[in-house]
Formats: sequence, structure tokens, C-alpha cells
Amino acid sequence: MNSLGELERSVMDLLWAGSESFSAYDLQAKLAERSESGRELAATTILTVLSRLENKNFVVRERQTRPHLYRAAAAREAHMADLMHEVLGGASDRAAVLERFVGQVSSEEAETLRRILAGR
Amino acid sequence: MLFAAITLGFIALVLAWPVPALLPGAKWAYRRPTLGLLVWQLVALIGGTSMIGSLILLGASTFADDLSDAANGMWRFVTHNELPDGSSVWSLLALSGALFLTAHLLLNLLVTVVYAERERARHSQLITLLSEPMSDRPGTRLIDTPAPVAYCLPGALKSITVLTAGLIALLDEEELRAVIEHERAHVRLRHDIVLIFFTAWKVSLPWLPTARNASREVALLLEMHADDNALRHVGRGSLARAITVVAEGGALPKRSELSAALPESTPKELRARLLRLA
Repeated sequence: MNSLGELERSVMDLLWAGSESFSAYDLQAKLAERSESGRELAATTILTVLSRLENKNFVVRERQTRPHLYRAAAAREAHMADLMHEVLGGASDRAAVLERFVGQVSSEEAETLRRILAGR
Repeated sequence: MLFAAITLGFIALVLAWPVPALLPGAKWAYRRPTLGLLVWQLVALIGGTSMIGSLILLGASTFADDLSDAANGMWRFVTHNELPDGSSVWSLLALSGALFLTAHLLLNLLVTVVYAERERARHSQLITLLSEPMSDRPGTRLIDTPAPVAYCLPGALKSITVLTAGLIALLDEEELRAVIEHERAHVRLRHDIVLIFFTAWKVSLPWLPTARNASREVALLLEMHADDNALRHVGRGSLARAITVVAEGGALPKRSELSAALPESTPKELRARLLRLA
């Protein structure tokens, strides 16, 4: 995973944690607080990350004010539910791009599996 | 020519129906998944080419005695718009059938690949935002969720293995290693490429029940192949326990948003995987 991806994740974590909207400068300051070196990233870098996230519909931009404010488009939990739904088999044939370790089974079937295991 | 066309057509028919109907569940294939996978790939490849080949030969048999004659006739038709002597509406029908089938298969393969790549990119984006890289395991990311799940997202350049906190809590060190080695085998052996060909085949010929069988069975053989590779690093017991524990879903809470999304289970296939470890 590249560092741009990690930066996107840090920004989303901040937006998910706060219920209010943030400007790029708020985020710049908060990220500096969090980083070990305490150094601030360039504001343009933050704006680039935010517009990438906006394009991918993770972030909503409020344009009424200057500077523009940003907030998360949906709660982290909602995205997590989407992700798990995809992983646990909500995808169509064509979209089946993951290779899972095993699929989940019912509890009766799990009992049969345990018997096989015990009979080894 | 006609005889060759009929022979090829017969081969295509045998490979399209009785063979793929008989192959699933074959003991020798479960013992040696690599051999099973090779046979399936040959069946698909030879089946497809003989289907197309027999149509071409059938179409050419009315105006040509041998292959070079046939090629000549078809070439003149393309370049001079001149129908060879003896050709009929049937030869045109068979030849355009061959052309249509070829285009159909290739186009479906292309669409499947493009679609899968787009889905992969989208999923990888979600993973980037929702999971943390595991510092001690390169290429592996951790999602903080209770469901015990492990999967890999193969990519052209970079593949990601994803584990959940629930999985790590449930498995011991050896079992976890079994899961990780299994996923690494998928990545290293490029199982996604084999899988995408069979997915494309299934999508192209949805009316052929055996195409559906084939992709399921190939997916199972790929799992067995990955299991065998994991066994080079861990004992059979650990792998078998890991399969059972993850399949059962551990302490997956009822009525959560996850239980609604439980996939169609594949108990028969899981049993097959477990039995070969016994």
C-alpha cells in the first residue's frame, strides 16, 4: 500500500471520528498533532487527498463557506458493512475477484465437519 | 473434410457435456489438484477450439477438399468478395457461426477481465481506508471486525491478503500460519488467472450447465491446490482445524449485518477439502 493510500486513511479516520466538518487547514493541524515528527504536510497535499476522496464518493465537500469544509459521506460502519457484504458473497459472478479461505456454513454442517475432524 | 468436421464436432460435444458432467468429484483430481486443473484447462481449451473448428470445416466442406483449399476459398471471399464454387447458404451459416462464437468468447473474456479489474480497484480502495497494514507481515492487512474471515485480493502488480481481528483471536499460531500460507499460494500461483478464464466461460455460455459446473469445480481444485501448498509449512491437523473454525464463523453474532450477507454455503466442497486432509 502506498503512502498516499495511508494518508487517505488518516484523513478518513479524522473525518469519521468527528461529527462536524473540517477545512483542509483543520485537518493539516490535526495530522501534524498525530504524526510522530509533528511536522505539517503541505496544504496542497491535503487538498489533493481530499479531492481524490471526493471523487471516489468517500468525502462530501461543502462549498458555501470559504475555505471549503469537508465531511465523511457515510459512517465508517456503513463502509465496513459494504466491505464485509462483498467479501461474504454479495458479489455477482463477474465481480468475484476475491479468493476466500473458506466460505461460512450452517451450524448443522459445522457439526458434520467437526465429526470428520474428530475421526481423523 | 466432412468426416473431419463430424469428428471434431463429436469431440466438442463429448467435451461439452459428458466429460464435464463426469469430472466433478473425481478422486484422482482431489488427490492431485494440479493434474485435475490441467485436465479441466485442456477440456475447456480443446472443447472450445474443436467447437469452432468443426463449424469451420463443416462450412468449408461443400467447396473444398482440404484445409489449404478451404483457406484459399475463404481468403478469396474476403479479398475479392467471390463465393467459391459449390458453396451454399449452409457453408455461409456454419462459417459465420464459427466467427460469431469466436468473437463471443473473446469479447466475454475481455469484458470479464475489465469488469474484474474495476471491481478489484474499488475493493482495494475500501481496503486501504478500512484496514491497517500489518507491520510484521508484508502485503497483509488487518480489518478490525469480529467475523473470522481471510481472503486475498489478487492484483496484476500487487496482491493484498486481508485478515480480520476475529480470525486472529480464534486461531492459534500454527492455524493462522496455515491460513496465511494458503492465501499466499493463491497469490504466488496466480490462481486468479485460471479462475477468470473459467468465469468468462461460464458467463459466455450460461445455458451450458457444464460451464457452471466447471468453474465451481475449478475453484474447488484451486482451493485444494492452495491447501497442498500450505501443507508444506504446517501440519494437516492445523490446516483442517483452521478450515473448520473459519467455516463455522466462530462466535459470529446472530442478527448482525453480517449474518444477512452469509453466502450460499458450500458444505459439500468443504467436506471434500477436509476429507483429503484426514
